[in-house]
Amino acid sequence: MQSNALVAIVGMAVVTYLTQVGGLWLISKVTPSPRVAALLRHIPGAVLVAIVAPAVFTQGLAEASAALATMLVAIRTKNVLLAMVVGIGVVWGLRHLFP
Amino acid sequence: MQEPVTFTWSGALLGVRRSLALILSVCTYGVAFGVIARQTGLSLTEATLMSAVVRAGAAQLVVLGLWSTPLPVVAIVLTTLLVNLRFLLMGAALRPWFARLSSLKAYGSLCFLGDESWALTMHELTEGKQDAAFLAGSGLMLNIAWIVATVAGYLLGAIIGNPEQWGLDFAFTATFLALLVGMWKGKATLAPWIVAAAVALVCAHWLPGKWYILLGGLAGSVMGALLDAK
Repeated sequence: MQSNALVAIVGMAVVTYLTQVGGLWLISKVTPSPRVAALLRHIPGAVLVAIVAPAVFTQGLAEASAALATMLVAIRTKNVLLAMVVGIGVVWGLRHLFP
Repeated sequence: MQEPVTFTWSGALLGVRRSLALILSVCTYGVAFGVIARQTGLSLTEATLMSAVVRAGAAQLVVLGLWSTPLPVVAIVLTTLLVNLRFLLMGAALRPWFARLSSLKAYGSLCFLGDESWALTMHELTEGKQDAAFLAGSGLMLNIAWIVATVAGYLLGAIIGNPEQWGLDFAFTATFLALLVGMWKGKATLAPWIVAAAVALVCAHWLPGKWYILLGGLAGSVMGALLDAK
């Protein structure tokens, strides 16, 4: 293993633990302002959107269609695994049909 | 008077038992992480070590998007921090029970805090069961499943071969899209998500590397906070 990979992984572990214990620690010191609390609440969704946006909107029609299919299945069934499998299937199919 | 908060083996075992139903969903992400980690070029040791010591699924999957040569260590650690900031709120929500434990028990079991273990624990504690060891039992169980699934996914990836041939490069995007559906909170989510997507697309086009994740995520979150304040 490369030493900078080890540094990255240990760094990830340290900041993760800080976020795990930090909430309880901070709340016993100060109460976050409503605006800060709102910002924290929006982070998971916004980060996920930022991650998928380039793949969904700039890769091509197969990826965009598969993204739509994935979300429809997730909305209808609430089943993440099934949605993922359908998304992969649609990408696979469309890439073979329209190479 | 408040009921006393306990911290017992039977509480931890209850956490283990209640987590069994969630093992399948954790394993799905674990296998996906293992497959994508292999695709990304991590060694089996690196992928397993990351799952063993970080134990934060979303952050680990996101970091794979940043993993490249030379390794952007600072971006990786900062992104992990950003993705995991939600744990601060979850930990804060545990205060009514965990503030009454010794520091060792409280901060020791918080290292098992995850989305699933937190949700189960909050359910249990608000139902009136006052055993805070539930979190450690639940988290430990799900962490073990996560590590085992990572290894399984990594080795399964070896059998599958070129993942693009099977559309498996889309697994990452598809998993996150499915997770996103669960985070939709009605119209209040729309504007922050549009801003996050727009900023991410602009940054992905104009900036090197994967900074679009951090910048798009921050822009969307700030937008959400500004709208909520109105």
